[in-house]
Amino acid sequence: MTAYLITGAALADGRTVDLVLDGGIVAEVGTGLSRAGATRIDADGLLALPGLVDLHTHLREPGGEGSETVLTGSRAAAAGGYTAVSAMANTSPVADTASVVEQVQALGEAAGYVTVRPIGAVTKGLGGEQLADIGAMARSRARVRMFSDDGFCVADPLLMRRALEYIRGFGGVLAQHAQEPRLTIGAQLNEGPTSAELGLAGWPAVAEEAIIARDVLLAQHTGARLHVCHLSTAGSVELVRWAKSRGIAVTAEVTPHHLLLTDRLAEGYDARYKVNPPLRSDADVEAVRAGLADGTIDVVATDHAPHPADSKTAEWSEAANGMVGLESALSVVHEAMVETGLLDWAGVERVMSAAPARIGGISGHGEAIAAGSSPEIVLYDPSARSDFAAEHLAGRSRNSPYLGRRLPGRVVAVFHEGRPTVLDGAVTPQEALRA
Amino acid sequence: MKHLLSTRDLDRDTAVRILDTAEDMAATQQREVKKLPTLRGKTVVNLFLEDSTRTRISFEAAAKRLSADVINFAAKGSSVSKGESLQDTAQTLEAIGADGIVLRHWASGGPAVLARSGWIASSVVNAGDGTHEHPTQALLDAFTLRRRLHGEASRGRDLDGVSVLIVGDILHSRVARSNVWLLTTLGARVTLVGPPTLLPHGIADWPVTALHDLDAAIADTDPDAVMMLRVQRERMNEAFFPSAREYSAGWGLTVARFAALPERTVVMHPGPMNRGFEISSAAADSPRSTVLEQVANGVSVRMAALYLTLAGGAE
Repeated sequence: MTAYLITGAALADGRTVDLVLDGGIVAEVGTGLSRAGATRIDADGLLALPGLVDLHTHLREPGGEGSETVLTGSRAAAAGGYTAVSAMANTSPVADTASVVEQVQALGEAAGYVTVRPIGAVTKGLGGEQLADIGAMARSRARVRMFSDDGFCVADPLLMRRALEYIRGFGGVLAQHAQEPRLTIGAQLNEGPTSAELGLAGWPAVAEEAIIARDVLLAQHTGARLHVCHLSTAGSVELVRWAKSRGIAVTAEVTPHHLLLTDRLAEGYDARYKVNPPLRSDADVEAVRAGLADGTIDVVATDHAPHPADSKTAEWSEAANGMVGLESALSVVHEAMVETGLLDWAGVERVMSAAPARIGGISGHGEAIAAGSSPEIVLYDPSARSDFAAEHLAGRSRNSPYLGRRLPGRVVAVFHEGRPTVLDGAVTPQEALRA
Repeated sequence: MKHLLSTRDLDRDTAVRILDTAEDMAATQQREVKKLPTLRGKTVVNLFLEDSTRTRISFEAAAKRLSADVINFAAKGSSVSKGESLQDTAQTLEAIGADGIVLRHWASGGPAVLARSGWIASSVVNAGDGTHEHPTQALLDAFTLRRRLHGEASRGRDLDGVSVLIVGDILHSRVARSNVWLLTTLGARVTLVGPPTLLPHGIADWPVTALHDLDAAIADTDPDAVMMLRVQRERMNEAFFPSAREYSAGWGLTVARFAALPERTVVMHPGPMNRGFEISSAAADSPRSTVLEQVANGVSVRMAALYLTLAGGAE
């Protein structure tokens, strides 16, 4: 296996160092390093961060291969600086049995670009009625530790209570898609001035907040761990802040798009901006940014949701929910959080790598770069700036809300298990990856 | 004017120009031969993805009086009901030779999506989309109101200072939305009245007053016109109001309430009416009701809309 000598990289703490990746670890960190036989990579002016970790990725396989596969989604992840992703359970068949999660795990290993950690469904078929094979998935070769019905809310309070308790027995965490279904029948867009004008059925903030309020109390009562998926409203930030102040075991994620975009983008009925939970108001964006900065929100998770083109060019109410996000996430966080002074790069490292690895129980990821740490590294050029374009997308789908938008930064290189999955901004071909 | 998609994006002068063009069209309808050669050789497709016989025949009459060829395409029994996309439907119609597409769509924003899609070169006229807008309805309402107020001297006038109450299910009404934007652009004072459940959340910035008590609204706003919206009785099953009787008592234009209106107040309704529910027959059939004028004026306004979008219209 080739050794790599990365020279002149800036770490998140501000030190400029050379790194040697060799023997399956970061072998050395220092200055003026050399390594016989190592491939040298000049990282002058580049940031070196531990590889990014996503807790919320839709890889679509099995069943949705027209939009994405584990392989194409892994490539998209690598292009965005990720070295680990968590594959959501809403595939077809649903990842509610050991065999499906083991299949996804195996597909991830075969693809080789990132660590793919399957998320198991909470309920059979995401039906919200009967628990899925949680124990079998936890004990399977995929060792599932995160469970979610994402796409659907575990709405029944009794079932939610039981699921929290049952998952706790396996040391796992339940990731809840917080959406009160009765308050969001036919909902199309954040309920507010834009939905009123466009005549689109409103998706009120209270439908998210009511579930989070209930769930943190259930987590307190059961002593179980709760993770809130794609938190999107100012009120949700307040609730999680309150819960944490009470010592409740809750963590929360926000998506890049909820950090940058608002519901006014829906004004032309361009369904590229249709997502669930919906884009919210300026005040909500400000609140989730503040929540991420002060640690109320633990992580940024992409909710990468690939869709074929025709499902996004349709009428708004016919169009699919979701946007791809892996390839743009770091640049969006850069713009929304770093350029605004809300987070420094150490903060970015925390919310995009360390905290998600810890919450998801994803070992070998999210470790601060040091001698002996796992060789999972992204090299990022923070001074670059470019119009985000289709050529930046490395997955199978093109439903990015950022196409044509100017974004800062560029992922230059990514190392996963000590091998480059991205070099000079280009995703490594799979043959070369295996060599 | 390439498309007519909403009244939200019409400025005052454009709106007045459309109404004045409709006056010209109405004048031609007094002649013995009503047909004009204006759109001879052009093909207008009425693409109705939601049932609406009244709006469809109004557009059909308008297009035919301008000598256009008219093709009616309804959703039921067509490939659309089998899941064909708007793109495929529209491109098929254009391949057949459509110059203009009059689109009634059950989805809010359907006409906007079609107009900016790049799928077709045809003009698009919004004949009502979901709960978004119904611009030709608002234009015919404004036209009717302007005529009632200014008669033969209507040309060039707007609705400056005119007080209009719009009553009923604002939340689900494309007619209400189009009227809010058009009437206020023309200078009218608009007051929305309905139970809180049927007023949209998020209208604080709209240039209107929103009230819940219809009797107080009538007393306080001294309305020149009261526009009653059609309300689906089934809404009570979704807890928007307790019963048809309670709705009627609170927000219907009952015999007593009609009698309490100022003498000059006209009564409008976009039709079809639920008599005895949102409007009493005493109100609907009175000389102050404009219901049938609205229907007749609808043809003139739609002739103007088709003329301005398809014939390029005189700037």
